[in-house]
Amino acid sequence: MENSSHHIVPYRVYLIILAILILMTGISVAVTQIDLGVITIAVALLLATVKSAFVLIYFMHLKFDNRMFSIMAVGVFLMIGVVIFVTFLDYLFR
Amino acid sequence: MISEPKHASEPSYLEYKGKHKGILAWILSTDHKRIGLLYLYTIMSFFVVGATLGLLMKLELIAPGKTIMEAQMYNVTFTLHGIIMIFVIVIPGLPAVFGNFFLPIMIGAKDVAFPRLNLLSWWVYIAGIILVLIALFTGDGPPDTGWTFYAPYSFKTAGNMLPAVFGAFVLGFSSILTGLNFIVTIHRMRAPGMRWLKMPIFPWTLYGTAWIQLLATPIIGITLLMVAGERLFNIGFFDPALGGDPILYQHLFWIYSHPAVYIMILPAMGAISEIIPTFARKEIFGYKFVVGSTLAIAFVGYFVWGHHMFTSGMSGTALFAFSILTFLVAIPSAIKVFNWISTLYKGSIRMETPLYWALSFIFVFMIGGLSGLMQGAVAINVHVHDTHFIVAHFHFIVFGGTGFAFFGAMHYWFPKIWGRMYDAAWANTGWIIFFIGFLSLYGPMFYLGLQGMPRRYYDYDESFHGGNILSSLGAIIMIAGAMVIIVNLIRSARKGAPAVADPWGGRGLEWKIPSPPPLENFDEIPVIK
Amino acid sequence: MEVHRDDEGSKIGMWLFLFTEMVLFSGLFIVYSVYRYLNREAFHQAAAHLDVALGTINTIILLASSATIAMSISAIQYQKKKQALALLTATVVLGLVFLVNKYFEWGEKIGHGIYPGSETLASYGHGDVLFFGLYYFMTGLHALHIVIGLVFIGFVIWYIAKDRITHDNFSVHENSGLYWHLVDLIWIFLFPLFYLIT
Repeated sequence: MENSSHHIVPYRVYLIILAILILMTGISVAVTQIDLGVITIAVALLLATVKSAFVLIYFMHLKFDNRMFSIMAVGVFLMIGVVIFVTFLDYLFR
Repeated sequence: MISEPKHASEPSYLEYKGKHKGILAWILSTDHKRIGLLYLYTIMSFFVVGATLGLLMKLELIAPGKTIMEAQMYNVTFTLHGIIMIFVIVIPGLPAVFGNFFLPIMIGAKDVAFPRLNLLSWWVYIAGIILVLIALFTGDGPPDTGWTFYAPYSFKTAGNMLPAVFGAFVLGFSSILTGLNFIVTIHRMRAPGMRWLKMPIFPWTLYGTAWIQLLATPIIGITLLMVAGERLFNIGFFDPALGGDPILYQHLFWIYSHPAVYIMILPAMGAISEIIPTFARKEIFGYKFVVGSTLAIAFVGYFVWGHHMFTSGMSGTALFAFSILTFLVAIPSAIKVFNWISTLYKGSIRMETPLYWALSFIFVFMIGGLSGLMQGAVAINVHVHDTHFIVAHFHFIVFGGTGFAFFGAMHYWFPKIWGRMYDAAWANTGWIIFFIGFLSLYGPMFYLGLQGMPRRYYDYDESFHGGNILSSLGAIIMIAGAMVIIVNLIRSARKGAPAVADPWGGRGLEWKIPSPPPLENFDEIPVIK
Repeated sequence: MEVHRDDEGSKIGMWLFLFTEMVLFSGLFIVYSVYRYLNREAFHQAAAHLDVALGTINTIILLASSATIAMSISAIQYQKKKQALALLTATVVLGLVFLVNKYFEWGEKIGHGIYPGSETLASYGHGDVLFFGLYYFMTGLHALHIVIGLVFIGFVIWYIAKDRITHDNFSVHENSGLYWHLVDLIWIFLFPLFYLIT
């Protein structure tokens, strides 16, 4: 079993990702100070989703690991999404 | 097809002497086979407790009015019966006992991926049981909410809910650890050459089950934590007086507890899929369909939870969606039944006790499953909701399904586990008594439920008396059958005739190694061609 | 029995555990989204009580700590033990700062009588009760995960110091990183839900 064939990620990559994440945090704070109703919520959650994607792909190494991890992670997120959707079939139409 | 591993004369896992002696050699063992038996002994002990509680309920219901207990005592009895049977026995049931014992052997591994974690999950399981027991004997009286802990009653009742809720939480954690262990084991430890689609059915069903354990159990964990938060801090999530919505509790509870039904039934189907081909002396019919339907049940079963709540006041859209999804999940279950029947067709059938259990499993599972479809239709569900019809239905599935498969698996793998044969005449006698008792216990409940007899009451109208007498007599017959079976198994484990490596002509790897298996299962990891 | 080592296997195990954590929190996200939908106006008003600046600072702290622990894993692979230890210590310090901020934030709210079960909070109305109930429950559970993560990282530091984690055997270190990133991931969603959407 290939116990030590790991991809070493240079520091630089992590620092760039960190900069992007902080920038996106700044944007989401700035955007939400303007009250645009539903759009504000959508933008904030969209930015959070993109941020978490960066964390998953780079910090958590999904990009460098076996594809199986990505497939499992996406599957779990989809499942959580469908559960929330099905729950809202009740609340949206009550 | 499978290269024959060499047999060595090393001691079996039962005789092996490690650094600990006596009972410590068991409760500190990381051997998956010993851990499987630890679960078996715990589960059988609590099965006696749970069955006794059930029998007390049937004795109370033998005549209208108070027979042997008061209303409050009856509430406590069905709550404990539910908590013990569901969380302590049926959910760990087949995966923890036969999964632990046979998963590594069937995929050609020496142990599970994380043996120490495996032992930890047994200890966590024991801790959960102790918490549940604390709930019984301390505080202002035992829990009386039913095993569902429905809000807001679960944080309004004076009963001692907190330890019970934490107990269920801890038992869930044990279940998660077992599932995690199995998934990694199946991904990483399959013998060389055992591709995914060469894996036997039982490990496949354990794989599906493990994913449900992993992805559903945390929901009940967080829900129970919220109930604890209600009791301790008054957070108001499910308290209508503070703006909370009790129906949301029901959603969260069933998001776990419906998939939990598939945690119970999938490994049972797996065991049946091992037993039937062996005694029909054929390969299983439509292997890929059995595997596919296993995964389909695990997946679709996740989105049908709302059919437990048809009368709770959900939106019409939700009723419609959950009804359709419920009908969908019946399809893969039916596919499995067709596969079993087709496996028997033109087989060279050898009638042995495990096959009796398997055939009666199919019979009761069909009744349980089809009555489930009836309730999937909203109109019928409203009529039979919270009646004895429901009680009959889920006992046909959970007891008739999982329980029968458990006893079938118990007899099927008995020679391998203890290296001795059970007494077949007594085993068959026990089975027929049990089967008759089972049908007369739960069969009348369908009728009583349709007549309108509600569940969870210690009293009933005079017009329901006939059915209840039959049902209570059935309970006594069934308990008698269970005693014959269990006494016979215990006796045979100690004094039965020695078993050969493969008494049934089975095909799996578990039959290629000595009975009982040596400590490391295989001298050399087998290579599957 | 021979010692069986399978780094890939333990990584799968860690990921599976993280999935259970995600599902655990998703139960709370369901509760949050349902009550937000049912009490839109009240949630809107209540969120304005939270300090956006403090929340932003805490977000940046956690993001930075995620970067440092990720870098420490590269450092151990480069066989730079001292850098790895320094980066991990930085992660722990950042995690502690996060908790201190959280302590002051909670303390300030509790000082104003805003906590579950209080008379003051109940007088604000149902939406506020639910919002702050969820606020305490979710950030509390998250803080608990931070504490567990810090203990986990503490062990990793000790193992590295004792050379039990090295450049060719760092599976535990990697798994502690995965756990810490999960804590970060959850905060990435908690932050907009409680502080930003006002």
